[in-house]
Amino acid sequence: MSAELTRLDVTALQAALAGGETSAVEVTRAHLDAIEATDGALNSYLHVDGETALATAAEVDRRRAAGEELGRLAGVPVALKDVVVTDGVPTTSGSRILEGWRPPYDATVAARLKAAGTVLLGKTNMDEFAMGSSTENSAYGPTRNPWDHDRIPGGSSGGSSAAVAGFLAPWAIGTDTGGSIRQPAAVTGLVGHKPTYGSVSRYGLIAFSSSLDQAGPMARTVADAALMHEVIGGHDPRDSTSIDAPAAPYVAAAQQGAQGDLTGTVVGVVRELGGEGHAGGYEPGVLEAFRTGVDQLRALGAEVREVSCPSFDLALAAYYLIAPSEASSNLSRFDGVRYGLRVGDDGSRDLDEVMALTREQGFGPEVKRRIILGTYALSAGYYEAYYGQAQKVRTLIGRDFLTAFGDGVDVLVSPTSPSVAFPIGQRVDDPLAMYAADLCTLPASLAGLPAISVPCGLSEGLPVGLQVMAPALADDRCYRVGAALEAAQDAARGGTFLGQLAARA
Amino acid sequence: MSTDRLLEFDDVVSRYEPVFGLETHVELGTASKMFCGCATTFGAEPNTQTCPVCLALPGALPVANAAAIEATIRIGLALGCRIATWCRFARKNYFYPDIPKGFQTSQYDEPLCTAGHLDVEVDGETYRVEIERVHLEEDTGKNLHVGGATGRIHGADHSLVDFNRAGIPLVEIVTRPVAGVGAKAPEVARAYVAELREILLALGVSEVRMERGNLRCDVNTSLAPTGSLEWGTRTETKNVNSLRSVERSVRYEMRRQAALLDDGERILQETRHFHEDTGSTSAGRSKEEATDYRYFPEPDLVPMAPDTDWVEQLRADLPELPAARRARLREEWGLSDTEMAWLVNAGALGLVSDTVAAGADPADARKWWLGELSRRAKDAGVELGDLAVTPAQVAELTQLVAEGTVNDQLARQVLDGVLAGEGSPRQVVDSRGLAVMGDSDELGAAVDAAIAGAPDVVEKVRGGKTAALGALVGAVMKETRGKADAATVRRMLEERVLGG
Ligand SMILES: [Zn+2]
Repeated sequence: MSAELTRLDVTALQAALAGGETSAVEVTRAHLDAIEATDGALNSYLHVDGETALATAAEVDRRRAAGEELGRLAGVPVALKDVVVTDGVPTTSGSRILEGWRPPYDATVAARLKAAGTVLLGKTNMDEFAMGSSTENSAYGPTRNPWDHDRIPGGSSGGSSAAVAGFLAPWAIGTDTGGSIRQPAAVTGLVGHKPTYGSVSRYGLIAFSSSLDQAGPMARTVADAALMHEVIGGHDPRDSTSIDAPAAPYVAAAQQGAQGDLTGTVVGVVRELGGEGHAGGYEPGVLEAFRTGVDQLRALGAEVREVSCPSFDLALAAYYLIAPSEASSNLSRFDGVRYGLRVGDDGSRDLDEVMALTREQGFGPEVKRRIILGTYALSAGYYEAYYGQAQKVRTLIGRDFLTAFGDGVDVLVSPTSPSVAFPIGQRVDDPLAMYAADLCTLPASLAGLPAISVPCGLSEGLPVGLQVMAPALADDRCYRVGAALEAAQDAARGGTFLGQLAARA
Repeated sequence: MSTDRLLEFDDVVSRYEPVFGLETHVELGTASKMFCGCATTFGAEPNTQTCPVCLALPGALPVANAAAIEATIRIGLALGCRIATWCRFARKNYFYPDIPKGFQTSQYDEPLCTAGHLDVEVDGETYRVEIERVHLEEDTGKNLHVGGATGRIHGADHSLVDFNRAGIPLVEIVTRPVAGVGAKAPEVARAYVAELREILLALGVSEVRMERGNLRCDVNTSLAPTGSLEWGTRTETKNVNSLRSVERSVRYEMRRQAALLDDGERILQETRHFHEDTGSTSAGRSKEEATDYRYFPEPDLVPMAPDTDWVEQLRADLPELPAARRARLREEWGLSDTEMAWLVNAGALGLVSDTVAAGADPADARKWWLGELSRRAKDAGVELGDLAVTPAQVAELTQLVAEGTVNDQLARQVLDGVLAGEGSPRQVVDSRGLAVMGDSDELGAAVDAAIAGAPDVVEKVRGGKTAALGALVGAVMKETRGKADAATVRRMLEERVLGG
């Protein structure tokens, strides 16, 4: 039973819990056992507190037995990316500089999951401060891909993707600044959704780039992702950029999509993201799986068109000015004064030296690279040429989306990432090659639009993701089209995508 | 310990033209901080008014305080500014332990209010000070340097930081350079800050207590030879925290810079510290090595877009502003410009006005506040408004005098009681037994005793030397410890010595 419990998706788990076929304690223990057995190899978790998790689960079971009112996700285990601040639970953002810090408060996302009755299994590994696409930039060692332990699980939410794909959590929270939910979901065979900017509260997410960061679900099915989004989404008065609008019924949209009828839906294939004349850097196997996915959408009744978004070619350059600029400022608070690491405070050094030493030893090389880049881009005399220009590109990218959606296109699609999971160590010394992993995910990030990655096949035995992008606040379209594709794929395969991985084990 | 050479002020203004400008920081009196819900009570235990937001814990986010935005717009309206229809906060990045985020959330090229002015009066002349901008930002925490002799960071063993002040809303009001006022520059600078303070009080947006740092000024000063078409290099004197200091800092910088220019030396563009004790300034950080603050729009806060109708409503709801109020009261009380100026300079206008409103005659109210009460405040070394007596109590005191219950001398004793916390003037009259004695048996007995005790004086009076009666009056007054009314005593003595 134990191994089976870790293979259930959340919808199935909820049914098993509600029907009394299993208990929250049993489910939690199954996951803790799995973590114990396999996470030594994967390194997906940075912190696991089994005792607290079991106590939380026991409380859910007690309440259920007593007939008390239960939260919507009562007894469902969850893992949180370590960028999510959790009351009393160590939170590092993958950095040495926050080692040992126990926050005194909960992020809104964590609080909402707690209120819904979830059981926190632990905090997952990540690229330091979410800067990376492979989780190799974690100060606590790389995480491995459950499909192939010599390969990366994507990043920056690579701990979350590996945990969910490796059956060490039924689902997890990731955060996405330039693709950090979608790309790891794609390369581990998961569903990952980056919500509309402002759809999920950023309060308590350790900021990387404030105007881009969004938390979202990483799950094994589109329906599970939609369910988690409903629970964590909605207005939060603690986040000024949170949108004060009622959350759309995402689960219903997923259910509708799973019916498999896309008649009347216009799907735009973005030429600049792997299309003709823009296929350089894209692996043939990825493009082939993507085309298969598009064909399946057409077969479900969708009208497929090619769409050109010329400004998307500038997204990478704009992103690598805007995100580091904001990061250089956001990371200024790590000065060793109030919390976390402090180096050199032995009475012989002055304040500036202690701050400099703390940051020198507390931050890893990629974080330093981006702080320097951002500091430079915001400097007097360079601001207009770099940050100012990048903001203009951002406006242009937004216009390309508006034009496409204005022309009657309901959703835009592309591969989620140009390649499958690459070998650990392959790109660590080549930042530009690493940055290219985000090529397809950056436009939606810069425009603040919702985008989901759904598995669309294998290339050389490794998962490939298809990205569905929608207009702002139309996250439901991502879930609807994503669920349709998922249903068609499952039907053609005769099983779930992750079933293929489970079968190998 | 300043070794600056200074030119005599008269010499300075005979050959140089000063230009000054002021950046004034005002802590708003909102109940909560600028970007979180923490309280803003002054003098609380260190670090008790803090939360994840104002401590800049990882993940915490700001939310702008609507009351602070409203107060800033009202200040802008009172200063005749244009109110932005859309503007943003900006991050000013620099490292310092009292700035927890590593940046101050401020405004940069998109301030809430621009292009206003404030007219100030000095010696009967009106001077217009142009306002460049009014913007909203947050205060920093406070560093406490422990172990050094001076309380400054130099020589200290270690430092502590109190974040209670971090995040308190701060409004910065920046003037355009004020030129062409010559020798009046120091006084115009002072009058500007004084008038600004009155406006802030009238708006009720800040307590504006300078000794608590509610209002802090940075003063820019430069000099150019009279007739020169170009302005000189300016210095910026930081944290000038009293009206008197504003005036002194401008005067000092004028005299210091003139001496340098006379010697053919160059003025350094630098920040300077003001020293309250000596009235001098000393060099701080030079602008040449200034920090690049890397301003950029604050992505954690949505832009501010004040609704035009709302702004017009705020404009319509502005209270009577100090200049208009002074003109009205001067008219109502029939005062000369000079008399009005005294009242204002003594900081007594509001107190007198409140006393009149409580029923006192304007002349009586003015006499008490400018006379006896000003003396008491001066003796106690406090501001007039900080005396432990309310305008209503002063009004009651004037009524006691007017109705003859007490005379002026007794009234001062009543005031002693009020200031000592013994209650209202009437309560003090009762408890201390200070009412004037009428033509009573008790007073009659005292008069008789005085007559009996000085037969030689009585003889003189009866012999025609009526002036000698004064000695008898004095004896009665002494006997009754001042509670008798002197005129009544004189009448009774006349009756009993001469009339019998
Ligand atoms: Zn606070």
